[in-house]
Amino acid sequence: MPKTMFDKIWEAHEVSEGLLYVDLHLVHEVTSPQAFDGLRMAGRGVRRPDKTLATADHNVPTDGTMAARLIADELSRVQVETLERNCEEFGIPLYSLGSDRQGIVHVIGPELGATQPGMTIVCGDSHTSTHGAFGALAFGIGTSEVEHVLATQCLVQKRPQTMRIVYSGELGAGVTSKDLILATIGRLGTGGMVGHAVEYAGPAVRSLSMPGRMTVCNMTIEGGGRAGMIAPDETTFEWVRGRSAAPPDFDAALERWRELPTDEGASFDRDVEIDATGVAPMVTWGTNPGMVVEVTDSVPDPAAADSPADRESAERALAYMGLEPGTPMTEVAPERVFIGSCTNSRIEDLREAAAIVDGRRVAGSVRAMVVPGSQQVKAAAEGEGLDEVFRSAGFEWREAGCSMCLGMNPDILAEGERCASTSNRNFEGRQGKGGRTHLVSPKMAAAAAVEGHFVDIRDWT
Amino acid sequence: MRPLDVIEGGVSVLDRADVDTDQIIPKQFLKRVERTGFGEFLFYDWLRSGEIELEPNPILVAGRNFGCGSSREHAPWALEDFGFEAIVAPSFADIFYVNCTKIGLLPVELDEEHCRAVAAAGEARIDVDDQTVTCAAGVFEFEIEPDVQHRLLHGLDEIGITLESAAAIDAFEAAGRAARGPVTTEL
Repeated sequence: MPKTMFDKIWEAHEVSEGLLYVDLHLVHEVTSPQAFDGLRMAGRGVRRPDKTLATADHNVPTDGTMAARLIADELSRVQVETLERNCEEFGIPLYSLGSDRQGIVHVIGPELGATQPGMTIVCGDSHTSTHGAFGALAFGIGTSEVEHVLATQCLVQKRPQTMRIVYSGELGAGVTSKDLILATIGRLGTGGMVGHAVEYAGPAVRSLSMPGRMTVCNMTIEGGGRAGMIAPDETTFEWVRGRSAAPPDFDAALERWRELPTDEGASFDRDVEIDATGVAPMVTWGTNPGMVVEVTDSVPDPAAADSPADRESAERALAYMGLEPGTPMTEVAPERVFIGSCTNSRIEDLREAAAIVDGRRVAGSVRAMVVPGSQQVKAAAEGEGLDEVFRSAGFEWREAGCSMCLGMNPDILAEGERCASTSNRNFEGRQGKGGRTHLVSPKMAAAAAVEGHFVDIRDWT
Repeated sequence: MRPLDVIEGGVSVLDRADVDTDQIIPKQFLKRVERTGFGEFLFYDWLRSGEIELEPNPILVAGRNFGCGSSREHAPWALEDFGFEAIVAPSFADIFYVNCTKIGLLPVELDEEHCRAVAAAGEARIDVDDQTVTCAAGVFEFEIEPDVQHRLLHGLDEIGITLESAAAIDAFEAAGRAARGPVTTEL
């Protein structure tokens, strides 16, 4: 019987029914301390430190602080130091502050080649779905499950349903993978993929680079999806080849990986088709990623909502965002611009943004920053001179970390500040209490920084 | 985890859809390295601004897609520490649902109409064994995975249960199916 890629990976990892073996467990400082405590209390060890990898990302300052003990915020310092102690005690490899391999956990996994096709990958972080871009089954877990994986290298899992989203046609000029996934979530809703492992397919996905694919899979969780996946192909193999953790016998691995894509005729529990040619640059207007419109549209009128409940949430969102219905999105003026996060902080994202700002200046009304996803991305960008492009345009060029995506470190919005952000969540208070987030692509963020308001990148010169 | 059999008492209501875990427990409280004491920070911004009111009843009725967003288990920890023993909603985000079952906070999925009935009744009785919610408006059945139900009813340690399968995990690894993948310790 023809099988989906999800079926193949799931079945290859079932130790017994509902017990899934984990090939790679990524760990960071926020969701792991209680799990390590649990191990100690029960006298348990870590079963496979060699399939575990840790980094510090959520809490780290991006101002050049280069050791955990130097972190000014006491609680953050304790959390990063606790991670360092735990990794030492349990023999888990760690790239903490000061390492040239430190970075956002979902950036460094693929960067090291640790993320590979056909694997099961988990992390105590919802954006673990990112790694599905390699044709892996990757999803976020809670702290109890982190402890479970540390102790057993397995996870008790209910088999999700399957869903395939086929994108026909190609993305237009200036339209990016970020717009593609935002448009998808806008159409399906923030709960539209709940309970499903989602495979993205079709020509528009095939022609995406690995960073572009990672952006799509990353935001699967914003549509409620359990996991996002893209079949591996030559683009995937070329990314993994030669990286530190790539399989030593690469040809043998290639042979296995080529068997992974969904078989012809395999059926999914749900099929969705989206015309990629019709996707425009997107901007969120509300307080969840499903509240999104094309940049050429206006802030929607809650009165047009489908139900009283939707109307009420739209009204609440607009009040929080300080927006009036009917305002053209191109008149919305952010005071802050953030380029970074596990969604859009890879070298390609920075190149795209740099190409927009090259030779231009950030508007006087805007404070803009670029936060590379990892130390390796930062080094690569500096090697290409991108840091100079950003600096001379008036951007701050910072150290690697989650930064302003989630406000757990000093990079936060002030109350009422409006931000064009390449991150993944526009929830109330996400980037700082009272902060107002508009999710956009790196190109759109960069252009907004220059103009001081959103622009349609397709006809902006 | 203590065994969970019957949950009975008052009902609190949060009539909003798509409540994300950033609201349930804002990021500044995730810096703690302990597992307890999160209750006082529950819905920190919404409760302090007076935007919502919540009594620490045993049961919370919420809107659809409750617990979406971040995987932070701090959200169920905070709800439980605040006093809730069960959350009733038309639907839950996947990770949040699983996190609840791991700590013995019961997630109950009922259709929207029944959720409203429980909310209006103000009091309810939830029977984990029978899979029923009983309130003044009637008796409503809910679904729960048999394994999860068993574990909740007996308050079992899931890691302990999996470790009983250690031989099967050994065999899986020995068969080479798990040999693939990175050896991170040599990176």
